[in-house]
Amino acid sequence: MSTASVPLPAWINYGLIPLLNLILAFLFSGLVVWAIGESPFEALQLLLIGALGRGEGIGFTLFYTTSFIFTGLSVAVAIHAGLFNIGSEGQAYLGGLGAALVALAMDHYVPWYVTMPFAVIGAALFGAACAAIPAWLQAKRGSHIVITTIMFNFIVSSLMNYMLVRLLIVPGKMAPETRTFLPGGQLPKLDWLIAMFGGKIGAAPLNFSFLIALIMCFLVWVLIWRTKLGYEMRTLGISPTAASYAGIRYSRIVMITMLISGGLAGMMALNPVMGASARLQIEFVGGAGFVGIAVSLMGRNHPAGIILSALLFGILYQGGAELSFDMPGITRDMIVVIQGMVILFAGALEYMLRPSIVRLYQQLTGK
Amino acid sequence: MKKTLLSLIAMAAMSATALAADIKPALVYGTGGKFDKSFNEAAANGAEKFKKETGIEFRDFEPTNDTQGEQAIRNFASRGFNPVVAVSFAWTSAMEKVAAEFPDTKFVIVDSVVKLKNVRSVLYKEEEGSYLVGLLAGMASKTGKVGFVGGMDIPLIRKFACGYVQGVKAAKPDAQVFQNMTGTTGAAWNDPVRGGELTKNQIDQGADIVYAAAGATGLGVLQTAADNKKLSIGVDSNQNHLHPGSVLTSMVKRVDLAVYNAFKDTKDDKFTAGIQALGVKEDGVAYALDDNNKALITPEMKAAVEKAKADIIAGTVKVHDYMSNNACNK
Repeated sequence: MSTASVPLPAWINYGLIPLLNLILAFLFSGLVVWAIGESPFEALQLLLIGALGRGEGIGFTLFYTTSFIFTGLSVAVAIHAGLFNIGSEGQAYLGGLGAALVALAMDHYVPWYVTMPFAVIGAALFGAACAAIPAWLQAKRGSHIVITTIMFNFIVSSLMNYMLVRLLIVPGKMAPETRTFLPGGQLPKLDWLIAMFGGKIGAAPLNFSFLIALIMCFLVWVLIWRTKLGYEMRTLGISPTAASYAGIRYSRIVMITMLISGGLAGMMALNPVMGASARLQIEFVGGAGFVGIAVSLMGRNHPAGIILSALLFGILYQGGAELSFDMPGITRDMIVVIQGMVILFAGALEYMLRPSIVRLYQQLTGK
Repeated sequence: MKKTLLSLIAMAAMSATALAADIKPALVYGTGGKFDKSFNEAAANGAEKFKKETGIEFRDFEPTNDTQGEQAIRNFASRGFNPVVAVSFAWTSAMEKVAAEFPDTKFVIVDSVVKLKNVRSVLYKEEEGSYLVGLLAGMASKTGKVGFVGGMDIPLIRKFACGYVQGVKAAKPDAQVFQNMTGTTGAAWNDPVRGGELTKNQIDQGADIVYAAAGATGLGVLQTAADNKKLSIGVDSNQNHLHPGSVLTSMVKRVDLAVYNAFKDTKDDKFTAGIQALGVKEDGVAYALDDNNKALITPEMKAAVEKAKADIIAGTVKVHDYMSNNACNK
């Protein structure tokens, strides 16, 4: 009998199995660390303390988490409709232009809380615009969304390069970036959030967009599981033919899903552009769009799961940086290996342990 | 017992003197990574040279993204490292923030300007060095067509291209210069295959000398030029030895010097803040001449390039700097 269909209690499915996968990932990472002659225990300790030990570390961890939540949600929304959006990277990049243009236009005149809603809309609109053409091509012409979205990453990168090198750059400056936004164009830091737990945020760039990310998680949950549109999206994702038989319009759902997906990716830009550096910099997304794919898959495309897996990647990013800083023997390439292990075990091989756990469960419960 | 005591005292004395003269230098690379055979590696070489001469250890860090760069600079400063050298214009804003937080720490930034009392900004006049190699290319070219392959399309690389074009035209006013940038993302610094393709394309159009200013991408440019029996020009480090007889010369940018001087000046307590613009005159940029390319540079070319060098130093030849107005008036 196949073990894949055996129902398991939720605590095993969503708690125990991911935890075991994670432990396996760290075990293998530990072996690699040991193989290059460093102490795995010390490394793990440095990683965890670096990410969660101090208020500043937590601030950095949550800063990375924020970006990954947005891109994770973006990927998840598309996956529910059976679309694989690999373009979150480019959509977030273009979203940065939307946020930056709003900030540049308004920061002289109004305080941040007036700028913010416009910036959120601007970022989402630009991100959605970037997803619109691939969506239309998929809906009307059947061009595969994976190919078109990934190609749009390059188109956006060229466009942004042109904008920053030619138009938005501060004349005479070497770095291709816009001027620094005034406080009216910046999102405030969440120092009070860290202070609530008795820590100090220090230089960590954790900012208001973290709260926006959490709100978006809730809204995505409502959309997918509590609205008619979400139902149609899920139906389309599970069976396009059944959806069409039920009268769900394919191209309409594809368009709407991709616009929402692109919008969510675009909002990711709020975090680095308006929250952390207060300027639009070249290549500010830095791979967060691609990490979003792993985050979404590991989080089982559910907002709650996405928050947890985004947090995990936040810990790996921040802890990894601290680790390679404090342990020079562990280079940045080693950190990529550890991150890869986590993706491999917790994402790609998530069902590896399932059969044996099912058997164990059946023996223990006597079913 | 007595012996142990003595050696203990001796050791204590030694470590005391070591402490007095020791500094804790730190180096933050650009996101290209330490071993790029070009820019970052040159910086690492400068630090290694300092270590060899003085025995003083240094710490370095390779950030993978912008947030990490700022974190690394701050971490080094807060742990008492001094001086903290950051070699990339990408750390400009990071350094502006961190240097203001640690006014007693000395900072150095390469390829950009940070106007603070404890920061030394080291700039290179890449246009002057590129002018010299452009002049050589213009003289060596038989087809009257030469190429330029840049890395990522940013002002800095356009500065290289602009100086190069001026040098070529100084030798052959009607010469044609093909220009290509490898890409618009950071990957453009590390894409030898694409660098090779661009070079092939330029060679097919008639170029017989190609100048690479593209980090590790340039390795592909040099390789392709060698495979097609054409000439190439290396960048940042002296790359003449990579394909002897095929690399016409290299535009050497002495990033190692900036790092070495920063460490050394701090050690000797002679650190000065402010802008240092290193051109041909300061030996900050130069064309490379060694055994590997001796045969390629005729006495006539050598005389011409040395004259150009002297003219630049004397100020009679002024090479236009792309950065001054974000345009290349050739």
